[in-house]
Amino acid sequence: MENTYYDPADLKKFGDIAEFEPELAKKFFSYYNSVFEEGALTAREKALIALAVSHTIQCPYCIDAYSVGCLEKGLDEAQMMEAVHVAAAIRGGASLVHGVQMMNKVKKLSM
Amino acid sequence: MAQTLKHLNATLASPSYQNDVLNNGLFTGGKLPRFKEMLKKSGFQQLKPTDLEIFQINLGYMCNQTCKHCHVDAGPERKEIMEREVMDLCVSKIREFGVPTVDLTGGAPEMNPNFRYFISELRKAGVKEIIVRSNLTIFLASASYQDLPEFFRENRLRVVSSLPYFSASKTDRQRGNGVFDKSIKALRMLNEVGYGDDLILDLVYNPGGAFLPGDQKELERTFKRVLKDNHDITFNQLFALTNLPINRFLDYLIASGNYEDYMEKLVESFNPAAVDGLMCRNTISVDYTGKVYDCDFNQMLQLGVVTSSGMNLADISLQALKQRAIVTGQHCYGCTAGAGSSCQGSTVSQ
Repeated sequence: MENTYYDPADLKKFGDIAEFEPELAKKFFSYYNSVFEEGALTAREKALIALAVSHTIQCPYCIDAYSVGCLEKGLDEAQMMEAVHVAAAIRGGASLVHGVQMMNKVKKLSM
Repeated sequence: MAQTLKHLNATLASPSYQNDVLNNGLFTGGKLPRFKEMLKKSGFQQLKPTDLEIFQINLGYMCNQTCKHCHVDAGPERKEIMEREVMDLCVSKIREFGVPTVDLTGGAPEMNPNFRYFISELRKAGVKEIIVRSNLTIFLASASYQDLPEFFRENRLRVVSSLPYFSASKTDRQRGNGVFDKSIKALRMLNEVGYGDDLILDLVYNPGGAFLPGDQKELERTFKRVLKDNHDITFNQLFALTNLPINRFLDYLIASGNYEDYMEKLVESFNPAAVDGLMCRNTISVDYTGKVYDCDFNQMLQLGVVTSSGMNLADISLQALKQRAIVTGQHCYGCTAGAGSSCQGSTVSQ
């Protein structure tokens, strides 16, 4: 193993996953490419969604790829940071909303 | 204001040093294929010209701005300016070659003291289309330039202007403090005299860093919407250009540690479909001394045309130009990446 789990150079090797299982890789990349084509959403909107999701799942490869992707599509720093805040708000909200569950339990157990 | 590499006596100000950087390092030892090898691998032998359609003339390297990405290394202290004799030679050759379009660039071409004389001579020569690449802020640089929009209108020039982004922060970071606000004022001046409608006003977008431009049509839609909504400005087309690793953009790439990744990105993004539409095939570039190049980028790297009659415009025939092989280098990857890039924007529809 390398000294670190993540190597930025590995991002360029993403396609190499086909080496161990070509058919599924082919299907995945075909699907992946179709997803990011312009459709009901623009390619620009999709890049911004991908950037937000990348932060939610905290994937360094995805953050690298979609930071570049967003810049290439003409998005600016403020727009990109707002997308990250959307991800953070949903993540934070997801924790906080479970506070209701905690409250329910506490109230049930308490006199 | 930033200073030119030449003014700073930077090693990188030398075209031969830049050619060394571009030809060695990454492009030796098989790490990355040289542009010529990539062409061959993709089924192209030699790059040959098509009919000569655009006669691009660099009127000099003097400019009122010192943009960080400038491939010309232009700036206020650059003194290289085309003299009237060279302009007259250009007019005579344009007549002889029957070229329909003349494309004037710089520096700021309007700063050439004979700019208006040259336009009137080109008009007399019956040139079908004259393009002026204006940086916009020149209109506000001194009182003597304030009537330029009117002058452009009278001469029905096609105006192509750089506006790298539709917000002040990104534009100013690349082109200098206050450039965005001045550009907006200048665009309003152009709109007021009829540009952006019947008179053609095109804008040029180029990335504000070490990344490639996205889809030209999508960028154009966004630029049109934002400029209209926020500033009541209209324009015709947006050209998305790739930054080429020459002069100040090369300096930026090296200083910021992005050079290797950027060159790899350009090579990985090589698009064979962009080769046919390369601007060096239908364009020649003439420098302020009357020397001829396959494009403005080759001009900056001092890679002159190779013809049977040399590289001086005075000696060159149309036949010799048609028979030449186009001179290429590793910087050419900038014009074949993704959707392709030329002075007229993308060369492949995405």
